[in-house]
Amino acid sequence: MPETLRIQFTVNGEARSVEARPMDRLLDVLREGLGLTGTKEGCGEGECGACSVLLDGRVVNSCLVPAVQLNGTEVVTVEGLARDGAASPMQEAFLSHNAAQCGFCTPGMLVSAEDLLRRNASPDKEQVREGLAGNLCRCTGYAKIVDAVQAVARGEVEK
Amino acid sequence: MRSFVPDFQARVPASLSEALDILESEPGAWAPIAGGTDLMVLFNAGRLPSRKLLDLTRLFELRGVQDEPGRLTVGALTTFTELREQRVVHQCFPNLVKSARATGALAIQNRGTLGGNIVNASPAADTPPALLAYGAEVELTSRAGSRWIPYAHFHQGYKVMDLAPGELLTRIRLPKPEGTGYHFYRKVGTRQAQAISKVCLAAYARLEGRTVAELRVGLGAVAPVPCRAPRAEAVVRGCSLDALPFEAAREALQADIAPIDDVRASAHFRRVVAGNVLVQMLKDLAAARP
Amino acid sequence: MIGASTIRKEGRPKVLGTAKYTDDLHLPGVLHGVTVRTRCARGVLKGITFLDGVPWDEITVATAADIPGRNVVASIHDDQPFLVEVGGAISHPEQPVVLLAHPDRHVVERARGLVRLDVEELTPVLDIQAALDRTQVIHGDRNVLKEITILKGDPDGAMAKADRVFEATYRTGAQEQLYLEPNAMIGTVEEGPEGRQVTVSGSLQCPYYVHDALIQLFGIPGDRVRVVALEMGGGFGGKEDYPSVIAGHAALLALKAGRPVKIAYDREEDMAATTKRHPSRTILRTGFDAQGRLVAMDIDFVLDGGAFTTLSPVVLSRGAIHATGPYRCPDVRVLARAVATNTPPCGAFRGFGAPQSLFAIERHMDHCARAMGIDPVELRRMNLLKAGDTMATGQVVREGVDLEALLDRAMEEIHYRGLEKAYRVRNAWDDPIKRGVGLSLFMHGCGFTGSGEAHMASVAAVEAREDGTVAVLAASTEMGQGKNTVFCQIVAEALGLPVDMVETAEVDTRFVPNSGPTVASRSTMMVGRILQDAAHGLRQALVQGGFLAEPYTPEAFREAAARARRELGSLKASAQFRTFPGTTWDDKTYKGDAYPDYSWACYAAAVSVDLNTFEVKVEDFAAVQEVGRVVNPTLATGQIQGGVAQGIGWALWEEVSFREGRMANNQLTNYIIPTASDLPHIHVAFLEGGNHLGPGGAKGIGELPMDGPAPAVLNALREALGECRLDEVPMTPERILQRLEEATHA
Repeated sequence: MPETLRIQFTVNGEARSVEARPMDRLLDVLREGLGLTGTKEGCGEGECGACSVLLDGRVVNSCLVPAVQLNGTEVVTVEGLARDGAASPMQEAFLSHNAAQCGFCTPGMLVSAEDLLRRNASPDKEQVREGLAGNLCRCTGYAKIVDAVQAVARGEVEK
Repeated sequence: MRSFVPDFQARVPASLSEALDILESEPGAWAPIAGGTDLMVLFNAGRLPSRKLLDLTRLFELRGVQDEPGRLTVGALTTFTELREQRVVHQCFPNLVKSARATGALAIQNRGTLGGNIVNASPAADTPPALLAYGAEVELTSRAGSRWIPYAHFHQGYKVMDLAPGELLTRIRLPKPEGTGYHFYRKVGTRQAQAISKVCLAAYARLEGRTVAELRVGLGAVAPVPCRAPRAEAVVRGCSLDALPFEAAREALQADIAPIDDVRASAHFRRVVAGNVLVQMLKDLAAARP
Repeated sequence: MIGASTIRKEGRPKVLGTAKYTDDLHLPGVLHGVTVRTRCARGVLKGITFLDGVPWDEITVATAADIPGRNVVASIHDDQPFLVEVGGAISHPEQPVVLLAHPDRHVVERARGLVRLDVEELTPVLDIQAALDRTQVIHGDRNVLKEITILKGDPDGAMAKADRVFEATYRTGAQEQLYLEPNAMIGTVEEGPEGRQVTVSGSLQCPYYVHDALIQLFGIPGDRVRVVALEMGGGFGGKEDYPSVIAGHAALLALKAGRPVKIAYDREEDMAATTKRHPSRTILRTGFDAQGRLVAMDIDFVLDGGAFTTLSPVVLSRGAIHATGPYRCPDVRVLARAVATNTPPCGAFRGFGAPQSLFAIERHMDHCARAMGIDPVELRRMNLLKAGDTMATGQVVREGVDLEALLDRAMEEIHYRGLEKAYRVRNAWDDPIKRGVGLSLFMHGCGFTGSGEAHMASVAAVEAREDGTVAVLAASTEMGQGKNTVFCQIVAEALGLPVDMVETAEVDTRFVPNSGPTVASRSTMMVGRILQDAAHGLRQALVQGGFLAEPYTPEAFREAAARARRELGSLKASAQFRTFPGTTWDDKTYKGDAYPDYSWACYAAAVSVDLNTFEVKVEDFAAVQEVGRVVNPTLATGQIQGGVAQGIGWALWEEVSFREGRMANNQLTNYIIPTASDLPHIHVAFLEGGNHLGPGGAKGIGELPMDGPAPAVLNALREALGECRLDEVPMTPERILQRLEEATHA
């Protein structure tokens, strides 16, 4: 019998307990175990960033995190960015700037963008571009994403 | 996801000694995993040879940076992000900061560890050239005890290391540069961010007046292992900044390396670019005003 | 409505993370399907062996023998099978042979590795040159999938009389669309009292292509097949034809299993097996008079179509028509051929043949200008098409087309002359960084080529809903380009309503008419125009039926529409494509109006190149275009910026490395697309020109931005590097080194 683990961790502020095999990926634990399908799989090799989530306050590729490392951790996914069902200023900015086109990179991009502003409240364009370089987008050419992040940094987006 | 998940086992030792016990009990059976930024890629692709993983993330004693007079000791589980955030690393080892910043993107830097970068033994890894240029040593620990060896001796061939089955790489030690030094780091990748190196060159020169008293050059992606450039270093050592032998150094460097053709770059390209980057470094050094 | 930057209709669920893409859907009892593929490029399949190691009795297995209808993926020609039959030919190394399904995706993945194919290998044809050499013949009698000749005047006579003649060869590589969402499809087959019902839903651009493919595969009438387009994480042409294959596979497994089956490709499989941009080789011969006026063009344009015909004839056609660029030339020959090779079939990718041939002509114009000692901008200015000029097919350029205005504006946007002067001074310094500025001038035909739209005869409709708001019924899909929003804007404008009173209906072939595939920069201009007609029809029906009096308020419309719907049972107005007045086209001679209209553009790039490392950075980029009236400036700007990003990627980094016909770098680690750090801010400007054909004067924009970046970037690079042969994309650092070494030795 394959061994399984009981994982107790916090997801989007809620205590969760799931059964998983040691090498189940955090990505699959979220999508299949908890039904949080906002986090996407774009490559399975830590290159595209579509599966980005916050793990203990840091952006990680959830396709590269095995379940065995999850006990006691705190995870935030795109579903945890909204407050009481209302979009965060970053989510509003992505909407109003057309920073989400096909939308598939958007959840990961939003997680990275929120993290970026938490660490640097007023990044310049280059810092935004470096901060988001782990999140590939094929639709926008990144211009509107950079604009959206800077608009939030400047406080131009209504909460 | 191409691996058969039920086949895989994992153990989570709570201490270094427990981890070493497990390694000792079944030599070679357990593959250590920390940040997972290399192993999980293989796992996803169905190409991870080991079915037994030893999770090191609870070995808190292997994390963080210890600042001592004359040297810096870095725990093997220190992440790239932690390196980037350490003031002492910025002050004494700027190339190490640059190499950490050049490794993947932020999500990789948040998870990947310095020890992992070393033992993954990719010739194209970004931190090894910096470690080589700083004359780093590595600590290898087993149940029998610890030994320190120069990092330059650690890699013995493509993915072959001076690392016994029961051993873990536990710490990395860097002597703090003394006197007037010059630091240079250049990664040539396929794009600006998140790239795998085609050529990587780190250098540290100790200057005495306008003379290069010592030069160490670390290289990545130009040989089966991260390597030093002994011939090029010898050509430059003792030269005045006003008469650096650019072309002789280039030729010596090109004799030091053994690049290959692969899907990322040709051997010829690597050879030419490595030579160019060395000359660029020397010109930059010549322009330095110590 | 038209001209407003309406917020993306489906944007909110996308930013909240609640939008459901195919692989996000969980269906009870669903099985996971995988595909076993050939590994050799050419051969004969002798047998299939299933090795021990999984519980085979739990696994659904489907092969060609299980196909109830025809083993042919419906397309232009019937040469591609869904699955290779035992005894059948293997034509490329990623051909599907066996399909497997199981409730546990790990089990089925393991099973995939336990299927052995017994193959007799044959010598493959792996590239354009090998196909043209005909040492091995793999298609017809000379490996040609399609050949087109465009002839205008007497090119041989004119070339003989030209003062200067230049000939050069240009090449472009394959390119992966790299939509962020890999292909995924769910198939369901139900056996009901009225017969078999096949339903497929997934990530696809062209619902009715999939519909046709399933009709053939199952041998059942169209009303027994239902196709639903789900939220799509990008397409760029990559989900135009291949989804028909995956849909057929999922449905076939579902038939065999009696349960729904989901096939979701991982990135490795998606990159290796699905279609790419066609590699090309163009030999251009151009003759000029003493002043530098183009007097003759002789163009030999070849595309690598891969193993099957798929869309190659139409990709070739667009490439051939765009091969002369936006230039006036009295005597022209274009010989265009798509050849067969033993590689996975190439397919649609934004631009559809035009980026390849435009790259060649736009690099060539720079090359000729420099060789004649003429400024490249001035050579373009001297030869560009003006209203009243005839293009290669004999099409007359409409009034209002002003390429000089585009050229001037693009130069102004990027400070072309100022940069050029400053760079020339600095490039003489002892500094490894060299800089250059360059531009490209080009056009993109809107909608299908030639009589394509007339043959398609697309239909779209609008319908009043119970609450009096309006639904848009069209088979056009949303892949991020903004179709949902733009259609609503067009219909709202036609009905005089605020845009929030109009929504697009789910794209489900049971409910939406066939408005044609979502391709060819045709949705806004062609389908939008049909929707505009349909909306006018709805308005008329309400007014003539006495439900509504003009002028009306939105509230009055809502009440009238709700009441009409209640009283009439339903209220729907359809419209069909109407031929554009005054346009003619002859498919046999390739003469006439190749497209009802063109979008026009001039793109300018400033680049730097490091002579130590041969790395290129695009430092600034200006994209100036005339696309008629811009329906939604924010969405249109995003489309342009995204297209430019793909174009820059193709120009500099994106290389598909083939080994024995297989993509060797089918991972994102080794197939390099630009990150945020690799691109400059892309400046976008629209010069609104006249067009009376599209809705509100709109033309197509989706593909246009893919055409210009590669030549603009390479022209800038030529300025930076000096004399060297920059005749290929991607112009990787390795190639730059090689070209510089070649120039030094010459």
